[in-house]
Amino acid sequence: MNIGVVLRQVPDLIEPLEVDASGTALDLSAATFVVNETDDHALEQALLLKESGGGTVTVVALDFGEVDNTLYTAAAKGADRILKLAWDESQSPTPHRAAAALAEALRTLAPDLVLVGVQAHDELDGALAPLLAARLGWPYVGVIRGVKQAAEGGSVVVCKEFPGAVMARLVVRLPAVLGILGAEQPPRYVPVSRIRAAMKSTRFEEAAHAAGTGPAGIAVTHMAPPPAGARAEMIAGSDTEVAQRIVEILAQKGLLK
Amino acid sequence: MIATQSRQGLELLEELSRTGDGKPPLGCMQCGLCAASCPLGDAMEFPPRKLILEAMARGLDRVLASPSLWMCVGCYTCSLRCPRDIELTDRLWPALRDRSMQAGFQPPAELQETFQNVLKYGNVLGKSPRQRLDWAKDLDVRVLDLSKEPRPVEVLWLVGCYPSYYPRNRVVTRAFARILTELGVSWGVLGAKEKAVGECDRMFGEEGLFETLVEENRKLLAQQDFERIVTLDPHAFRALQNFYPRYGVWYPVEHYTTFLAGRLEKLRALVVRPVEATVTYHDNCCVGRRAGCFEPPRALLQLIPGLKLVEMERNRENALCCGGGGGGMWLDGHIVAQGGKRLSDQRILQAAQTGADILAVSCPYELSRFEDAAKVAGLESRLKVRDIIELLAESMDLGERSDS
Repeated sequence: MNIGVVLRQVPDLIEPLEVDASGTALDLSAATFVVNETDDHALEQALLLKESGGGTVTVVALDFGEVDNTLYTAAAKGADRILKLAWDESQSPTPHRAAAALAEALRTLAPDLVLVGVQAHDELDGALAPLLAARLGWPYVGVIRGVKQAAEGGSVVVCKEFPGAVMARLVVRLPAVLGILGAEQPPRYVPVSRIRAAMKSTRFEEAAHAAGTGPAGIAVTHMAPPPAGARAEMIAGSDTEVAQRIVEILAQKGLLK
Repeated sequence: MIATQSRQGLELLEELSRTGDGKPPLGCMQCGLCAASCPLGDAMEFPPRKLILEAMARGLDRVLASPSLWMCVGCYTCSLRCPRDIELTDRLWPALRDRSMQAGFQPPAELQETFQNVLKYGNVLGKSPRQRLDWAKDLDVRVLDLSKEPRPVEVLWLVGCYPSYYPRNRVVTRAFARILTELGVSWGVLGAKEKAVGECDRMFGEEGLFETLVEENRKLLAQQDFERIVTLDPHAFRALQNFYPRYGVWYPVEHYTTFLAGRLEKLRALVVRPVEATVTYHDNCCVGRRAGCFEPPRALLQLIPGLKLVEMERNRENALCCGGGGGGMWLDGHIVAQGGKRLSDQRILQAAQTGADILAVSCPYELSRFEDAAKVAGLESRLKVRDIIELLAESMDLGERSDS
C-alpha cells in the first residue's frame, strides 16, 4: 500500500505568540515551529502499516515554518519519499489554502491512502483533513485511533471512537483520507545520529503547484490575545506566602479541613 | 567457549578496546567486583560482569533489549574499582545504549522527551531558550551577557540547564553571581545563546545528539575571549574536560568548588557571618569519585565560621551516588519499575545518621533529588539540603536566602 502523509509545522507554544503590526495575523518572525502532534501520529501510523504490510510512505509538506528538520526526522524514521511544496513563508497555511496545494500534489502522487492529523492548534477556518478529502473527492473518516490492513484488498479497517464509550471498527474503501488522532503506538524515537545521516543522504523532491496560496476560508479582521479577566487572583509574595494563601483559599472553598 | 553468534558482542568489545578509554573490556576476568559494587546491581538483569559475559558468549541481542541497559546512573563505582581498569561507565554503557537505539529499541519514554528537548531547545527541561537568562532579572549584581556584549573576561560561566531554569536551583545561581562579583572576578555568561553541554546525552548513548551539541558549543565558545570556563554542573565539567577535547574543543574548565577553593584566602576575609550548623557533605560522582577532587569542597565548608563538618560513613571515593547521573535524573520511574531503588532515598538516611542539620551538595541535580528524598523520609524539618554556594553566600552576607 502506498501511503501519503501530510506533515504540518505549527507555532511552538513554548514561546509566547505575538500578533503582527497588521493586527490580523500572528507575527511569524517571532514564532518558532514544531511538527503538529497529530500529524506526527499520522506518520507513525503510516510507518506501522508499511512495516506490517509493505508499500511506501511519502511525506508531503508545505515549505513553511522550519520544516526541513521535521522532514529529515521523517526520513530517518523510515519515510521513503519526501515531497516539499513551494510556499510563501510570510503566509500562514490556513486549512483552505493548504488543502488546495496539498490536494493538487496528492492527486498527482495518487496514493492508496492519505493520513493526516485530525487537528492542529492553528486551524482557523476548518480542519485540513476533511477539506483535503473533499478536494480529492475521496471518503473521509476522522478521529481515528488505529488503522489496519483489511483482509480483502482495496480497503483498511479503522478504529474510531464515538460518544457514549462506543468504539467502532469501520471498513474504509480506498483511496481515502483519514484524520488521525493517535497511532497504535507513540511516535518512535530516532537517534540523532540517524537524523544527521538523513541530512546528508536525503533529497527532498521539491514541487511548485498551481494553487498558489489558494482561496482563504475566512478573512481575519482582528486578532488579539484574550483579555485578562478580573476573576483570577494572582498570588504574589515569597514561596511561603504563596503557599499560605493557597491553603487559605482551599480552606475557604471547603476543600481542606 | 565462545559461540559463533557472539561475534557481534566481541566486535563491540574489541572496538571499545581501541578507543583508549581504560583497558579493553575483553580483559575482563569476571571477578564480579563491579556487580557487587553497583548500587543498582541487585535489580539489573545484566549488571556489568554479566553484561560482558553475555556479550562475549552469546552476543548482544538480549543485552540490547534488556531494560537493565537503562538503569546505570553513571556513578563510576564499577569503573574505579575494576582491577583491570575497564572503563565501564564512560564507554561500555553508552556504546551499548547507542547500539540498542540503532537496533530500533526504544529508550524509556522519559528519556525520549529529554533528548527531544535538548535537540529542539538546547536544554533538558524543554524551556524557551529566550528565558535562559531570566534568573538574572532584578539581580543586584551586573550579569554580563557576552552573546550581546562580547568582551574579554577571566571567567566564562556556563550556567547550565537546571541552574538557569529550575526555581530551586536559581537561588544558587543568583548567589554564585554575587560571589563571583564579590571576589572581583570579571565574568560573563552566554545568555539565551547558551546550550546544554550534553554530558548526560552522551552517557545516555545519544552520541549524535552529543556531537550536535559539541558543534554548536564549539562555535559559541570560539566567539568569546576568556581564560577559563567555570560551571556549577559536575557533569558539564566532566564532558568539557574529557570528551570535548576529543572533538578538538579544548578549554581550561573548572567546577566551581575547585575554582572557589583556589581563592580560599580571598574568601576567608569575606566569610563574616557564622553559620551555626552541623553539616555533612555529599561527594558528587563526576568531580568526586571520577576526578578525585574530595578536599576543595570540604575546604570551602570549613572556611565558614561556626560550621561543623561531619562525614557520612560512605564518603569520598566510596560515596553513594544520588542516582541522578547517566540519565538517572529522568529514569526514577523506569528504575523503580525494574525493581531498583531511588538512591537519593537511601543516601538521605545516611546523611541523617550523622546527626547533621544540613546536607551540603555541589551538583545541580542533587538539590531537588535530596529535598524530595528528605520529604519521602519525613526528614524535611530536621535536615536541610543546601548547595555549598548558598552556605558561602549566607556567611558572606550576600542577599536572599532560600526558604527551604
